[in-house]
Amino acid sequence: MSGAGGGRAVGYAALAALAALPFFLSSYFQHLAVQIVIWSLVYTGWALMGRFRLTSLGHGAFLGVGAYVPTLLWNNYGVTPWLGIPAAMALAVLLAMVVGYPCFRLKVVGHYFALVTLALGQVVLLVIVAAREITGGSLGMTPRAVGHSWYALQLSDKASFYAVALGAWLLGIAAWHWVECGMQRPALEAIAEDEEAAAAVGIDVLKEKLRITALSTGLTALGGALYAQYLMYLNPESMSGVGISLQIVFAAIAGGMYSMFGPTVGACFTILLNEGLRVLFGTHFVGAANTIYGALLVVFIIFMPRGIVGLAERMVARPKPPGPAAPVVQAAE
Amino acid sequence: MAALLRLKDVSAGYGSFAALFGISLSVESGEAVGVVGPNGAGKTTLMRVISGLLPPTGGRIELEGDDLAGAPSYRIVAAGIAHVPENRRLFPRLTVEENLRMGAYLPQARKHFAERLDGVYGRFPRLKERRAQLAGTLSGGEQQMVAIGRALMSKPKLLLMDEPSAGLAPLVVDQVFELVRGIRAEGLTVLIVEQNVRRVLEVVDRAYLLETGHIRLAGSAAELKENAFIRQSYLGL
Amino acid sequence: MDIYLLEAIINGLLLGGVLALLSLGLNLIFGVIDVVWIVYAEIVMSAMYGVYWLYSYYHWPLLLACVAAIGIGALIGVLVHVVVIQPILGSAPINQLLATGGLLFFLQSLATLLFGTDYRNLGIRLPVIEIGDIFISFSRLIAFFMALVGAVLLYLFLAKTYLGTAIRAIAQDREIMGLMGVNERRIYVITSAIGGGLAGLAACLLVLQYDVHPFIGLTFGPITFMVCVLGGLGNMIGGFIAAFIISQIIAVGGYYFPVEVAEVLAFVFFIVMILVRPQGILGK
Repeated sequence: MSGAGGGRAVGYAALAALAALPFFLSSYFQHLAVQIVIWSLVYTGWALMGRFRLTSLGHGAFLGVGAYVPTLLWNNYGVTPWLGIPAAMALAVLLAMVVGYPCFRLKVVGHYFALVTLALGQVVLLVIVAAREITGGSLGMTPRAVGHSWYALQLSDKASFYAVALGAWLLGIAAWHWVECGMQRPALEAIAEDEEAAAAVGIDVLKEKLRITALSTGLTALGGALYAQYLMYLNPESMSGVGISLQIVFAAIAGGMYSMFGPTVGACFTILLNEGLRVLFGTHFVGAANTIYGALLVVFIIFMPRGIVGLAERMVARPKPPGPAAPVVQAAE
Repeated sequence: MAALLRLKDVSAGYGSFAALFGISLSVESGEAVGVVGPNGAGKTTLMRVISGLLPPTGGRIELEGDDLAGAPSYRIVAAGIAHVPENRRLFPRLTVEENLRMGAYLPQARKHFAERLDGVYGRFPRLKERRAQLAGTLSGGEQQMVAIGRALMSKPKLLLMDEPSAGLAPLVVDQVFELVRGIRAEGLTVLIVEQNVRRVLEVVDRAYLLETGHIRLAGSAAELKENAFIRQSYLGL
Repeated sequence: MDIYLLEAIINGLLLGGVLALLSLGLNLIFGVIDVVWIVYAEIVMSAMYGVYWLYSYYHWPLLLACVAAIGIGALIGVLVHVVVIQPILGSAPINQLLATGGLLFFLQSLATLLFGTDYRNLGIRLPVIEIGDIFISFSRLIAFFMALVGAVLLYLFLAKTYLGTAIRAIAQDREIMGLMGVNERRIYVITSAIGGGLAGLAACLLVLQYDVHPFIGLTFGPITFMVCVLGGLGNMIGGFIAAFIISQIIAVGGYYFPVEVAEVLAFVFFIVMILVRPQGILGK
């Protein structure tokens, strides 16, 4: 066992080094790093539900709430984002509970659940656009700029923002770890496999689902808030609705939504790929990068449903030793 | 006489579980042949292999000399084998007549749809009354009639019947076996799988005993009726 | 009654026709193949570009361009099924959902690449009809009737033909279709072609009224899914009815409130309805 423990220590050290790297890089790479870390948080949040077959196609709703609420509070009431962001997270979780409770209670699952969440994502987008007086509608809005200020969470040097984002990301990883190591994981996996059977064994299906949903949506809202603060620009299409919701799903799946760092890998992969394609094509072929990206996503679903991490795991896994012969089963005639 | 259907050393299974081991049997044109045996013997698997729902893992399945083993079902049906599945398997939300229409889907059958439909209604007058009724709302016996009628719509050379009497009331079971006798008398070749050994031996010419995937006995119906093992194990005598 | 309210109701009715047509295609695919084509609105978008391009650049007669669009829709439908869906028919349903989602992204980006993000318009100005004090656009009227025609043709096809009956049958018991002499793979491909063709027809009707751009699918896609789920996913009659309910909410709501608010109302109505009756209006 000590060998495995040693290996793990090395792994964590490498991870820590990788995380510390951006502090020493140029502003451009720091920009990428901040985005990777923030989106990793969002994708990790999504995957907390996705891995247990609670596939939401509307996480843009919570991203949007997380982005707009602190900005509106800051612009209109001068509320610091340090208070505004937790408020936004609470609001996002509340929204999730309001829709989630009846959904889970009434056993809305599978396609129906996915499409209800899609509707939710659209509703938030439409509300943002409809309230154009205060949100700026489709044209977007910006947080009231005050220069470099920790109080307003407006940081002009990217390294500082990277530190903040990293902290949030660690929060997401910690949440994952908590789910992984507690009773939640086996309970939720049982629910994902067979809800009736899980209930019959005494698992409180409703509570477990609500809890993981709260965790997932809260983290997503946090990511949205940080992204808005970082970009200093929000607009409904990039912060809510079907488009961004689908992007979240794909990145999480591409990286591998069943493992702790899978969504993070997904963020690295998609952001770096996008950036690479953008550099390659520049402004010449607008849409070429995304076209390739879209095609790749389809390929991933078909050939690598467990994502990059899943593929890596399969390649690394040792072949299983031969087990006992399968018992003879009565054929169903 | 060349056999209409000949199975040579056919094996089949589900994944790692083998259900049939080297089955060889034959059905002559115009015959009625039964396959009997206990639950789990592989009788339904045998039917599915012949009609193409399950690909065999080995052996030949010859219809008039052509090997159909492994061919997709729709091609086997086109070659002239119709299968009345276990549990009827009607399309529940199609009407009786639509179910019968599905039986005549093959191009060569469509041409004769009207006359064959009349034939089926002639054989099963009660179905004609219920022609516009959804198949899922029929009684078990009526569903069995539709299932058999549907198979007859393609005017098959060989009719496979999988446990036609299963789950039916005794009175209806009588009707079903009467029906088999009638179909048989019209010259249609029938291969029938049944658990009800006593009844089926009364309507077939020959029969095979299938146990745990192997043919244990074969012979004429009269021979099997007299066979001590059969009498003891299956006829309770 | 206020004449403008009446006008809104009538326009809602006309809008409902096209929405109903859209829902028919989606429900057909789901009812038969058990897959939700998240990319459906983008197939419509692609066919809209087809009409636009053939009419505006190659100067095809409009009618011919529309017929071609139906063909384009059918072709895309077949490709979607054969290339993306068929390989993963056996895997978890959510994978199929997500794969079509990836296609959504792909088609949007491809359209951006090929045509740019500008709004394109056919430039056809069809007359506006005046009945009393009510103004009804002729294009909207045509769209409504063509949608109804399409629905009726689909119904006749499904009810009266061998192929249509087979399509209904395979949704009920796929395994024994082979015993009927039916090649089930081919049925799925044909169904996909019909679903895509319906999208193409809807495209013709929409391109008469609206500009086309790569992201136009987002304006009616989510609404279409909502309509289908509301009516009971896979239930074509349910979707038909739900289409008119939703379009009325949007039209009448749009009379009293801004359009976005009306759409929010429709979505909220949908969410509430699903929670009241999770299987949809006519769902099982």
